[in-house]
Amino acid sequence: MTETVTLEAVDSRPTGTRAMLLEFWSYFSENRGAVIGLAFFIAVVLVAVFANFIAPHAPNEQYRDALLQPPFWQEGGSLKFPLGTDAIGRDMLSRLIHGAQYSLFIGCIVVSLALAAGVVLGLAAGFFRGRVDTFIMRIMDIVLAFPSLLLALVLVAVLGPSLINAMIAIAIVQQPHYVRLTRAAVMGAMTKDYVTAARVIGVRSLRLMFVTILPNCMAPLIVQAALSFSTAILDAAALGFLGMGAQPPTPEWGTMLAEAREFILRAWWVVTFPGIAILTTVLAINLMGDGLRDALDPKLKRS
Amino acid sequence: MKGDVVLTAKNLTRHYSIDRGTFRSPAILKALDGASFTLVKGKTLAVVGESGCGKSTLARLVTMIEKPTSGSLVIGGVDVVSADKQILQGLHKTVQIVFQDPYGSLNPRQKIGHALEEPLLVNTPMSKAERRNAAEKIINLVGLRPEHYDRYPHMFSGGQRQRIAVARALMLNPSIVVLDEPVSALDVSIQAQILNLIATLQEQFDLAYLFISHDLSVVRHIADEVMVMYLGKPVEAGSRDTIFERPHHPYTRALLSATPVADPFRVKERIVLRGELPSPIAPPSGCAFHPRCPSMTDICREKFPETRDIDGCRVACFHPKTYE
Repeated sequence: MTETVTLEAVDSRPTGTRAMLLEFWSYFSENRGAVIGLAFFIAVVLVAVFANFIAPHAPNEQYRDALLQPPFWQEGGSLKFPLGTDAIGRDMLSRLIHGAQYSLFIGCIVVSLALAAGVVLGLAAGFFRGRVDTFIMRIMDIVLAFPSLLLALVLVAVLGPSLINAMIAIAIVQQPHYVRLTRAAVMGAMTKDYVTAARVIGVRSLRLMFVTILPNCMAPLIVQAALSFSTAILDAAALGFLGMGAQPPTPEWGTMLAEAREFILRAWWVVTFPGIAILTTVLAINLMGDGLRDALDPKLKRS
Repeated sequence: MKGDVVLTAKNLTRHYSIDRGTFRSPAILKALDGASFTLVKGKTLAVVGESGCGKSTLARLVTMIEKPTSGSLVIGGVDVVSADKQILQGLHKTVQIVFQDPYGSLNPRQKIGHALEEPLLVNTPMSKAERRNAAEKIINLVGLRPEHYDRYPHMFSGGQRQRIAVARALMLNPSIVVLDEPVSALDVSIQAQILNLIATLQEQFDLAYLFISHDLSVVRHIADEVMVMYLGKPVEAGSRDTIFERPHHPYTRALLSATPVADPFRVKERIVLRGELPSPIAPPSGCAFHPRCPSMTDICREKFPETRDIDGCRVACFHPKTYE
């Protein structure tokens, strides 16, 4: 009865979350742009978190004696307002620092909303197929058929202009991408033997969807979340610029651009700095997202 | 009790309808077309045949992943076709499956311990400690070590993964285990280990096996009964010794003659089949095997041969080879 078993060589690579993170980092760190992007992104996060301590002035405090003061290196500038002041005497640097909070807030909320809704709908479509699938996917096709910013504008116009409504609108516009990605990944996973095995064991549909299948579909979703984080910031800035997003005096970067538009020829700094802030943040997040894709995509992995 | 019948299938049929576009009527693919057999406690029924003959469809029907199109399937006294959902849920526990590909049958994001505990988690009210205990016991039983509990599937070799798959199938104390080509993805040296493990477990738990394979030497090693299938229909079924010593159906004889035997002095009777397996969408008339059969006559083209008993074997052929 006793059976002698010669065990095959056991893989002794370290296990657990720590090892997984280490492996991920070794792939990620190969991409220099991604590391720079990550570093910049972390810096933006820190600035946003400690905005109240870093900013030299309150974002909405008006210095009536220093209207449209240029940055400190230009004639007429002073170190009291390093990046100058805007048309009603508010410190640009402080407003930019507080604006980082809004941008990250927008990114987080939009991505979580779109991700949550997109994953649930995509799972349902890929799992049940048939009519559910057709119904969900045709609606998503309709949403995708509109230019995204135009649809967001229409939604905000219907809901009323405010930052919250702008975020909801952007989330609705972005969520079809998540639905499609999730659906494709779920359909791929559904044919795997381990899904059939789980069914035979008696695992019910809900557990099968969220515990068995979903964790195996996360890699493309993480990449999409990182990349659409930047799109969300960009769209929110665009809506703010058009007066449909955050309302003055909120120090949101897009809104700041809109307020400063009329001074573009007289005072270059009031438009340039918010623009650069948007540009660098979005660029950093995109670089980071590309690095994430390279590190998480099993098809690009060397074994 | 040993020798009890745990599963009876009569005329089990599974047809798929295949959409051929808007303007043509859907085609019927007869993946399985009338299979009858019984599974007995402590015994192994091997199903052999070339790829596309309906072996895996049979496995999916027996494990209740799919419902048969017609015919009856009685498991533990319950008819699967007419039973309601609640009874079926309970019935799921009695039939488990081990898949061919050990790399695809384990969830890559699930630790081995959790994979083994999952059947207990969703089916029984056992506590966490009890589940862990049961999982560790079975890890031991299939020849793995307790420290493997916390590892992920990608850290194991094919043979070890197949041990894990066997362990998972046994967690719910099933009475029937479907083994869908369990060793054909493994190295020959490891095949023997897994086959021995499977045989030991059968003895220990009195399991009924439905062993699906295309490897006749493996079948000879492990089977009690053998069923040979061709294009969705069983062509010959009988005890292992009869099938291997005195095969009646020309298809069985052709299959057996193709198995390599390590004996240089054996005189080989090599029957070479011409042609390909016909499409199950448009099977040949009469006996499905007639276009490739060496002893084909006119009647084979016109009528399907009824199954008849020839010294202990059920053979579907007009011209079986007889032994006196």
